[in-house]
Amino acid sequence: MAGIGGAETTGKRVGWGLLNAVVVIYALFPVLWIVSLSFKSSKTLADGNFIPREWSFENYQNIFSTTEFTRALINSIGIALIATAIAVVFGTMAAYAIARLDFPGKNLLVGVSLLIAMFPQVSLVSPLFEIERSLGLFDTWPGLILPYITFALPLAIYTLSAFFREIPWELEKAAKMDGATPGQAFRRVIAPLAAPGVFTTAILVFIFCWNDFLFAISLTSTEQSRTVPVALSFFTGSSQFEDPAGSIAAAAVVITIPIILFVLFFQRRIVAGLTSGAVKG
Amino acid sequence: MSHATTEDTATTGTAPEKSVAPKKKAALSEGKRAERKLGWLLCAPAALTMIAVTGWPILYSLLLSMQRFDLKFPDRTEWIWFDNYVTVLSNPYWWNAVWVTVLLTVVTVAVELVLGMALALIMHRALVGRGIVRTTTLIPYGIVTVVAAFSWRFAWTPGTGYLAEALGGEPVLTEKIPALLVVGLAEIWKTTPFMALLLMAGLALVPDDLLKAAAMDGASGWQRFIKITVPIMKPAILVALLFRTLDAFRIFDNLFVLTAGSQGTSSVSMLTYNNLIKGLNLGIGSTMSVLIFIMVAVIAFVFIKLFGTAAPGSDDGGKR
Repeated sequence: MAGIGGAETTGKRVGWGLLNAVVVIYALFPVLWIVSLSFKSSKTLADGNFIPREWSFENYQNIFSTTEFTRALINSIGIALIATAIAVVFGTMAAYAIARLDFPGKNLLVGVSLLIAMFPQVSLVSPLFEIERSLGLFDTWPGLILPYITFALPLAIYTLSAFFREIPWELEKAAKMDGATPGQAFRRVIAPLAAPGVFTTAILVFIFCWNDFLFAISLTSTEQSRTVPVALSFFTGSSQFEDPAGSIAAAAVVITIPIILFVLFFQRRIVAGLTSGAVKG
Repeated sequence: MSHATTEDTATTGTAPEKSVAPKKKAALSEGKRAERKLGWLLCAPAALTMIAVTGWPILYSLLLSMQRFDLKFPDRTEWIWFDNYVTVLSNPYWWNAVWVTVLLTVVTVAVELVLGMALALIMHRALVGRGIVRTTTLIPYGIVTVVAAFSWRFAWTPGTGYLAEALGGEPVLTEKIPALLVVGLAEIWKTTPFMALLLMAGLALVPDDLLKAAAMDGASGWQRFIKITVPIMKPAILVALLFRTLDAFRIFDNLFVLTAGSQGTSSVSMLTYNNLIKGLNLGIGSTMSVLIFIMVAVIAFVFIKLFGTAAPGSDDGGKR
């Protein structure tokens, strides 16, 4: 593992350190810039300096004093959590069936979910816009939760069935031998073993819902269900002459916090989740 | 309903034993039937949701695309068959959007493949700081695209941005080619880590012994990479390319924030959105939706036809 043809010399270590530094700077630079912007006072906002000359919290005070942002934050959290919960429950059930059971139509389901994963989402926006308007779902939470579940399901099914294939079969068989029904074997034996995979999938699905912009901007029209990414793009300064950049930056930082926390605490799981589904299909 | 299932499934408890006994067909098929039933029951919620939210809307957008349907003039709605297709396909804005989308897709995916491979090698082989590298590269993957796009927009805004200042305060986002370069840059920054992760999964399949043996035989690092690593991880490369190509083709968020499609920088998604939500022209918007759907289907078909065995979803995809 320690590299091909060569011991771990100091020179190599320094080389790796430099490479790592390049990667870290590459990944963090735009993030640090928006953080820096969010802490600039309104006077120094447009000075073009990478690091604030004057630190202030006024941008954060501004956004949290308007319902435009706080309401959007509630919408974002609520919609993403509900969509994640439903997608993960449905996905777990389907993935269990795909990984463990033999039934006609299984390949069809896998095929359909693969199709949806590749589907150009904008193609759904036009009909959904009209259908949701006539059903009264336009500009409501369910109006966004439904497409989110739909597009999260392929991700959930793929990741979960990859995880489920690694769970030892024998335990389920043993449970059945002891008289458990397949349903009980699912609930009592497999579900607890599958919990880490389910949790990882939940993180990936949440990130997907949290990230969406196209559906959110097309299927909402008021504060009632606008999520933060959309609200951001509508921010205008409190007066015509005020640059909204500060408020946008502050709101952007706020919605980046959950992502940073996930990445910091669950790096290993996220990497495993993203790669397992892709390679094993 | 649940009552019937428990009765049915109760018999499956004994099915494994019976299936060992020779040709007890009735019992076997009963167990099979229960298994089928459970399979369908478990898949039903997912399948029904996916079909309800995509199936009918796809058909509906086909119907809409054959009507003159402008929400600003609802009285003039009528059935016009393929006139919308003629309108769209003879429109220079549409073709410009198609070329912009194709160009952005090809260029960004190509750059991402090279950068992603480098990043994957770094993450796979790093002697020190592997955890830090993996953690930080996940940030561009996870960050909300709109947030990253705003970061780039402000960076290039004259006066506000450090990049704009560094380049002499030229407004780059108001001209077509420079604006597209910035959009491409933002797209590459955001999605290279995802590409790298998929490629890293492929790298893990390359046996170390093989590389060591080749090194013994005097193969250089580059030769080992081209002759051993790349062929073995080819399926992973193709999967990553397919995913990224289809994803890049729907580019919207970055463009919306960075240029809003001005100066001829619209992608097909951007143009559809503008016709639909801003122009409220459901007929034209749906026509574009259908055309995009067809283009994506063609791309996916070509990928799967060309590299069939490596298609995600085929069970042996990772092994060949």
